[in-house]
Amino acid sequence: MQLSKDDLLEAYRIMRTIREFEERVHTEFATGSIPGFVHLYAGEEACAAGVCLHLENDDTIASTHRGHGHCIAKGCDVDGMMAEIYGKATGLCAGKGGSMHIADLDVGMLGANGIVGAGSPLICGAGLAAKVKGTNNVAVAFFGDGGSNQGTTLESLNLAKVWDLPCVFICENNGYAEATASKWSVSCDNVADRAAGFGMPGVVVDGHDFFAVHEAAGEAIERARAGGGPSLVELKVSRYFGHFEGDAQTYRPADEVKNLRANRDCLALFRARVTETGQLEAAQLDAIDAEVGTLIDVSVEKAIAAAKPVAAELMTDVYISY
Amino acid sequence: MARTITYQQAINEALDQEMTRDPSVIVMGEDVVGGQGAEGEMDAWGGVLGITKGLYEKHPNQIMDTPITESAFIGAAVGAATQGLRPVAELMFCDFLGVCFDQMYNQAAKFRYMFGGKAETPLVVRTMIGAGFRAAAQHSQSLYSVFTHVPGLKCVVPSSPYDVKGLLIASIRDNDPIIFFEHKMLYTMEGDVPEEPYVIPLGEAAITREGGDVTIVTLGRMVHLAGAAAVALAKEGIECEIVDLRTTSPLDEDTILESVENTGRVVVVDEANPRCSIATDISALIAQEAFGALKAPIRMVTAPHSPVPFSDALEDLYIPSAEQIAAAARDVAGYGE
Repeated sequence: MQLSKDDLLEAYRIMRTIREFEERVHTEFATGSIPGFVHLYAGEEACAAGVCLHLENDDTIASTHRGHGHCIAKGCDVDGMMAEIYGKATGLCAGKGGSMHIADLDVGMLGANGIVGAGSPLICGAGLAAKVKGTNNVAVAFFGDGGSNQGTTLESLNLAKVWDLPCVFICENNGYAEATASKWSVSCDNVADRAAGFGMPGVVVDGHDFFAVHEAAGEAIERARAGGGPSLVELKVSRYFGHFEGDAQTYRPADEVKNLRANRDCLALFRARVTETGQLEAAQLDAIDAEVGTLIDVSVEKAIAAAKPVAAELMTDVYISY
Repeated sequence: MARTITYQQAINEALDQEMTRDPSVIVMGEDVVGGQGAEGEMDAWGGVLGITKGLYEKHPNQIMDTPITESAFIGAAVGAATQGLRPVAELMFCDFLGVCFDQMYNQAAKFRYMFGGKAETPLVVRTMIGAGFRAAAQHSQSLYSVFTHVPGLKCVVPSSPYDVKGLLIASIRDNDPIIFFEHKMLYTMEGDVPEEPYVIPLGEAAITREGGDVTIVTLGRMVHLAGAAAVALAKEGIECEIVDLRTTSPLDEDTILESVENTGRVVVVDEANPRCSIATDISALIAQEAFGALKAPIRMVTAPHSPVPFSDALEDLYIPSAEQIAAAARDVAGYGE
């Protein structure tokens, strides 16, 4: 799939923004200034970027508890996200959702989700809405190898095919559901193998390779947009951090993350490819690195300085009317 | 103009009129049409008890069958509601809510709050409640208290043909997620129902009988058993006032408390199991807010703390009876006399 220089710069900016955001949340969380749970997406940036670059504002995604990357790739405001993670009134969800529930329906982001496997049924609904209303929008569910074993996901694959919905199911298989290896918890070699059982195309892709993700997701999304029904895409990828911050990750080999960072870093792979082919100059990428660094610095400063929600907010927006 | 139709016909009419009024209203569920993909005729069932029969012919693009896949299709209804549709999903029996509990209480109920007020999820899940059909333990429960517990959900429990039409239209036009509990033993009940669409506001209880001696707070099918008890008690000189809650969330606390202030004597009647129930909730409300008005202890008449049995000999014992209600009302009426 042909990518212009602008497309490539945009892809790199998204991936770099996610990486910086997550590395910074990791650092800040360790200081104790961020409350609750955070589940970091670092290492998987090519997945969110490669998929979401095909999506318009009116296309919908549903995310997971590891959702920061999907939010950024779908266009959520970074300052609003950071403030939300800090529990501030200026957060995207007014400080009432937190890391696991960041959403912005105005950009088609139907929410990170604290329940593993909850996104796929919702995405069937978004796909149904597109079909009933006669738009050409598509709906994309992200889920992990853990979510791939939930009944909700399997039921949704069936329903999407039965109803012939414009849906794409993206499994980000990062090798571990919490502290359990997917090679143990997933009954077959590949999650994508299950697609055949639902009568839809399924492909396995290297999730560290932005270009491979972009191409496979593009085919699935175009098929859905053209009325060709749902697809399942499995992205084999890796996370750099634990299931949540504070996870000692004793279930992983000691040098696994070090090797991944050295050899399978999607940003480094992207940079090497586009500079070797002469599509982009290293200086252009360096400039994005600097801009994104400043963006994240500012977002943290703003989040720390922002006010917390006022007491009256406890009881607002439980209902629209009651 | 009003004419006499059944509770079941009133539901069908409300759906028909709302689907006509608003093309974003869609109906989905297991066999709500029936015959999909088979070689016989379409609209073979119109729902397991025929409630949606005929809607397919009038609105073929607004009603759709689902596989038996409650987690996926209730979740899809939730997702579609966030994207501009107004789904009315039929979940055959409320007992099946266990299969799609997450979609209701973690997803639909929480989106608006959790997303900082930005989401709208105008969803109605219609589902059957109630014992008396010899349908046994997994098709006979009355689980409204479970969902009344959850902030973000509204719960509607209509007791008559007139109410079921007005409350269903109100629910479809409402912008919050709603579970609409239809009592299966009321489907054939007849009553006067206006032909034109009308709305009964959610959160307004009805006084179905006025009386100054004992307040009976109840809902659903029990409204009619309480009515029978009240007729019997009137012959003994005890006048009962019956408060039909209509909705358990929102709850019309004012109407309950005003009646209790007048009578000072209360029986709460609930077909559901007694622990952590609507009956205990109403009793606690009265004890907290109207203690000074009480002239007798609050009495609860409920099902026992058991599953719904199959055999008619046992199921008839399980369901609160008019006689039990009358006995409880007689007790509180005579307390301290």
